[in-house]
Amino acid sequence: MRFLLVEDSKTLAQSVADRLAMDGHAIDLAASLAEAEDCLAVASYDLILLDIMLPDGDGRDFLTRQRAALRETPVIVMTARSAVSDRVHMLDNGADDYITKPFDFAELEARCRAVLRRRGGSATNIRTFADIEFDMLGATLTVNGQAQQLRNREFRLFEILIASPDRVFSKAHLADRLFSFTEDASDNAIEVYVGRLRKKLEGSRVIIETLRGVGYRLTAQ
Amino acid sequence: MKAPRPSQSLRRRLLIQLLGVAAVLSALIYFGVRAIAEQAAEATQDNILGASATTIAEELAAQDGEIVVDIPYAAFSMLGAINAERVFYRIETDAETLTGYDDLPLPAIAPSLLAPVYYTINYRGVGLRVVALQRLVTVQDRPVVVTIIVGQTRNGHAAITSRVANLAASLGIGFFILAGLLNWVATERALGPVRRVALAVGRRGPADLSPLRQPMPRELAPLSTALNDFMARLRAALTRTETFIAEAAHHVRTPLATVRSQAEIALRLAETEDSRRALRAVIRAVEESGRSAGQLLDHAMVTFRSEHLEPAEVDLSEMLSHALRALTPSADIKDVTLQVSPLDTPAKVLGDQLLIESAIRNMLDNAIKYTPADSTVTISLGQVGGSHVLEICDQGRGLAGADLAALSIRFERGNNVADVVGSGLGLTIIQEVATSHGGSFTLAQMTEGVCAKLSLPCYVPA
Repeated sequence: MRFLLVEDSKTLAQSVADRLAMDGHAIDLAASLAEAEDCLAVASYDLILLDIMLPDGDGRDFLTRQRAALRETPVIVMTARSAVSDRVHMLDNGADDYITKPFDFAELEARCRAVLRRRGGSATNIRTFADIEFDMLGATLTVNGQAQQLRNREFRLFEILIASPDRVFSKAHLADRLFSFTEDASDNAIEVYVGRLRKKLEGSRVIIETLRGVGYRLTAQ
Repeated sequence: MKAPRPSQSLRRRLLIQLLGVAAVLSALIYFGVRAIAEQAAEATQDNILGASATTIAEELAAQDGEIVVDIPYAAFSMLGAINAERVFYRIETDAETLTGYDDLPLPAIAPSLLAPVYYTINYRGVGLRVVALQRLVTVQDRPVVVTIIVGQTRNGHAAITSRVANLAASLGIGFFILAGLLNWVATERALGPVRRVALAVGRRGPADLSPLRQPMPRELAPLSTALNDFMARLRAALTRTETFIAEAAHHVRTPLATVRSQAEIALRLAETEDSRRALRAVIRAVEESGRSAGQLLDHAMVTFRSEHLEPAEVDLSEMLSHALRALTPSADIKDVTLQVSPLDTPAKVLGDQLLIESAIRNMLDNAIKYTPADSTVTISLGQVGGSHVLEICDQGRGLAGADLAALSIRFERGNNVADVVGSGLGLTIIQEVATSHGGSFTLAQMTEGVCAKLSLPCYVPA
């Protein structure tokens, strides 16, 4: 997906961009409202991440001004403020959602997905592998023509695995991406979700292999 | 601090003072009219008495060395004409009464030949107005002084006096009533601008800091100028504080966000178990400080707004659905299901939207935080008696014997939650919001998990 990130702190913008790029997204950076307007003039984005305190103005005013130009592009506001008033005001101004700094990337992804889902998905979000179909927006897995809804963690786990088939992921790596840093989940907790995915993959040629002492990989038979 | 006793109302003071003046004027009118009327009545009587005595004096004559007087009828008829007055007379010379009542007293000061003397006496039990007059009568070429005394009862005078007194009293009372009415009208009109200013100031809410624009009598201008100056300063101070808090939050949390992003990237690339553990600790710490900063600001806002509560009609069910929408992604990450009873009936309460929203979010946030992954948080909104009750139940580890009173102390957290990020301010915030809205907040230990219950009084529009 293509994101526009409007954020005046260069280091934060760069690290968010790096982190999102790890998940295969393309990010354009704008350090001010003026730059953001330039970007919007030449490119179209799947989603805009907007800071509200910018050197050349308030992100909320920008939102009000640009709502027409933004067309259907969803906007998630990143705020450092915590007063509820800000939040209410932002949603009134046409933001689709907001996230409070510092944020959890898992939460940011979840919010992006929720916003995109509300706005209506597109065909490009469907990924096929062997004989299965994976809808990244709707979070459904279709096996033998049978669509099954994945729960959030099953979905995220499958998303990681299907992004690089045949690559081996360690339990620790998967746990870091699946569990919030604020909960103490053991690496073995991953087994529960792998088990659930295996059950949903039954009847297809796709399997999740356990490589004892190393990790898991997704592969087609 | 004791509030200063409000001084007496301006209106009352003005009215009382003006009525006092009117009362003094009325009394003056009463006594003045009476005195003038009495004088006039007495002068009339004196004139007639004088005329009567003169008529008698005209008839004095000397005959055969004797003084004779033939008292004319007119002398008495003119006196008896009014009312049923009784008349007494005495004609005397050289201490010898020629005719009339010889005990009718002479005046204290002897009258002269030219001017008669008028005086008032008590004679045989009645009040008399008396005139004494002297004339010279030549008897055998020798002048003899004759004193003529004519007295008349004062019935007519008393009647006139009482009539005039009644009239004077009515006049005084009438004047007093009229003056009172005029005073009232004048007071109302004079105080009108003051009342309008007071009303305009009283009508504004605590958040309205715009200058007063009402037309102001010149006498009140210093007051309104002072008030407007004060409000301008307060407005500036509040704006500064708000901006400061927002900027402080921005400057603290933006670097935190950077640290967190970098740490997450590093974690993705980390090779050894040691560095993974270290990075997770960094991320946890960042999460914790970010959350504490947020809760501290929320708590400051809740305290400030609770003290300046400006209630409006708000809908709990609408606010709950907003909060649910905002927090669903957070629940999703943990595969926590938010099970909500239908929110189709509005639940109106009178309160501050931001405060109640903040309480609801904190309740939901707590439940999502403490319930384990893959569990369900049950949310219901219903009416019990005169209150709307929001109940949020998790399937978490429970309170471990701690009670709400202890947990709602600032920064106080349960002793079984060290592994969950929290600031210890969430319950404090909910508790303060409930109290300031006349509601209540309770936490109850269930067989599985905890039920948090927020009750707020129903709002019934008048």
